[in-house]
Amino acid sequence: MELLGNLALGFATASTVANIGFCLIGVLLGTLIGVLPGIGATATIAMLLPITFQIGDPVSSLIMLAGIYYGAQYGGSTTAILINMPGESSSAVTAIDGYQMARNGRAGVALATAAIGSFVAGTIATVLIVLFAPPLTAMALKFGAAEYCSLMVVGLVMSVALAHGSVVKAVAMVVLGLLLGLVGQDVISGASRLNFGLTQLGDQLNFVAIAVGLFGIAEILRNLEDERTREVLVSKVTGLMPTREDFRRMAAPILRGTALGSALGILPGNGAVLAAFASYSIEKRVSDRPQEFGRGALAGVAGPESANNAGAQTSFIPMLTLGIPANPVMALMIGAMIIQGIVPGPNVAAENPALFWGLIASMWIGNLLLIILNLPLVGLWVKLLKVPYYVLFPIIMAFCSIGVYSVNSNVWDLFSVAFFGLLGYFLLKLRCEPAPLLLGFVLGPLLEENLRRAMILSRGDPTTFITRPISAGLLLLALVVLVIVFLPAVRRKREEVFVEED
Amino acid sequence: MNKSSFDPTNAVCGAFFILVGALFAWQSLQVELGTWLRIGPGGMPLALSLLLILLGVIIALSSLRGVGEPVGAIAWRGILFITLAPIIFGLTVRGLGFVGAVFITALFASFASLRMTPLRAVALSVALTVFSTAVFSYGLGLPFERFGPWLR
Repeated sequence: MELLGNLALGFATASTVANIGFCLIGVLLGTLIGVLPGIGATATIAMLLPITFQIGDPVSSLIMLAGIYYGAQYGGSTTAILINMPGESSSAVTAIDGYQMARNGRAGVALATAAIGSFVAGTIATVLIVLFAPPLTAMALKFGAAEYCSLMVVGLVMSVALAHGSVVKAVAMVVLGLLLGLVGQDVISGASRLNFGLTQLGDQLNFVAIAVGLFGIAEILRNLEDERTREVLVSKVTGLMPTREDFRRMAAPILRGTALGSALGILPGNGAVLAAFASYSIEKRVSDRPQEFGRGALAGVAGPESANNAGAQTSFIPMLTLGIPANPVMALMIGAMIIQGIVPGPNVAAENPALFWGLIASMWIGNLLLIILNLPLVGLWVKLLKVPYYVLFPIIMAFCSIGVYSVNSNVWDLFSVAFFGLLGYFLLKLRCEPAPLLLGFVLGPLLEENLRRAMILSRGDPTTFITRPISAGLLLLALVVLVIVFLPAVRRKREEVFVEED
Repeated sequence: MNKSSFDPTNAVCGAFFILVGALFAWQSLQVELGTWLRIGPGGMPLALSLLLILLGVIIALSSLRGVGEPVGAIAWRGILFITLAPIIFGLTVRGLGFVGAVFITALFASFASLRMTPLRAVALSVALTVFSTAVFSYGLGLPFERFGPWLR
């Protein structure tokens, strides 16, 4: 069978000593930074992104990046459970019952449950990717420029629908991102544009500088606003092993969470966050002891953690097959691929099968490493929680500066980091989320190129987008989503969900 | 001004998007717009800029009926020391070289927090410089001069 052959290729690629090593380093570094309170998965990946470019081989560096992602996610759950400070909104749900479990002296079991749930979810979701990626790729190969444009519009609209806060602001952030993505040299005419006379910026604004600035620096500034001491609840985590009763009670929530997360993760927009919330409310509804929720229910950790992880995993599907990022982390992965000289999209599977299948195989290996490593190392992570902030800032700033400079040796990239850090902080203060901006930035050049190609192919007839059936269907979907988001009832409900989250 | 009927955050936010949209629109007009058949380099940027201005207007108008929420504390000290750190690295890495630039950047960033004492800051910066030089310069072999022309 072709599928098995592909998988064999994938595992052969991913399980070389070097690649397992890179995956391991990625998982460790990701957990190391991700466990720092207040620093979420996206910020972690943005800060560690430049390091992966030091590896010459694109396959290895993407594998390491994926490892960083899993590690960062797990690190986020650890902080959520131990100090009730979720770094990312997706682990906010874990904090509700996880922190209560820790207060009841069951921190070890909560951490183990999160790890086991994530592993099971990761394994199942990886199988789903193997099954669904090839047919989706085949379908995507039939897409023309017009379909691509419409698909990107759907992706951007979904990211808006699932962003926090005001919809109008999220749309504005997408548009700003698209504009920033177009700064520099125009690919088709070669003309230099939108650079305000700053030719030092080069062909394009530096993606790494924007990511580090918007997510890394802005997040540090937000943490500096309020330098209160953190309360580390548990100084020593004991009793990691869940009892047989615990295992019995986590099984069903893990499976339900995985199913939910896998389905929502494929959708463009940040499905994993939604999945975690949905899983929590489902578990609360089906539980025979709903009164335990909010007071340390095991199912309240197992379900959302699995949903979150499954969603994180299946969000690779649109990224790998269509080249469309489902969330800011995937936008970072696409940015990394472009810098490595790989054009994301349906051609990756055909032109670079070792990369495509190697990355998929490494997902499973990454999850395995995570469970093998992190449970024994949990004592170390707890110690890290106690490192004071003021020691972390200089370290992070030095590494970010070195990292960004190492990509192009362009001093202007460092100035961009400072500029976008300040801009990101300013926008946060205005209650604008940076995630849609990053998606827009990555998709800007792709959208424009396909738009212009579609217009040339249709001989200048803009109705091509609504006369081609697939394109029309996609645009209709985008429109429906936009209308739903603006419906008064949905709007109120949506605000409620996100208020609860903060 | 009546606080309950005016949201200053949204007013600033709307004004910001209008301003940025106008700047980008002006920049788009410097290059060729093209036709529907052959969209020029300025076509899509201009369309997006106009959209951004429109969104800015909507946000600004919404400030009139919004409830003012407090902006919260602003990390002025952090802004100064944290955002200047990469700039300092950029200005010194060619002249002082890798070692000097890392040290100065770390030392400068240390003062972002009120809790850092000068002695600790120096100790941390020295340790960080040694570590970074060992890992990035010797270990990963980044092609930066360790000591630049200013030190010779």
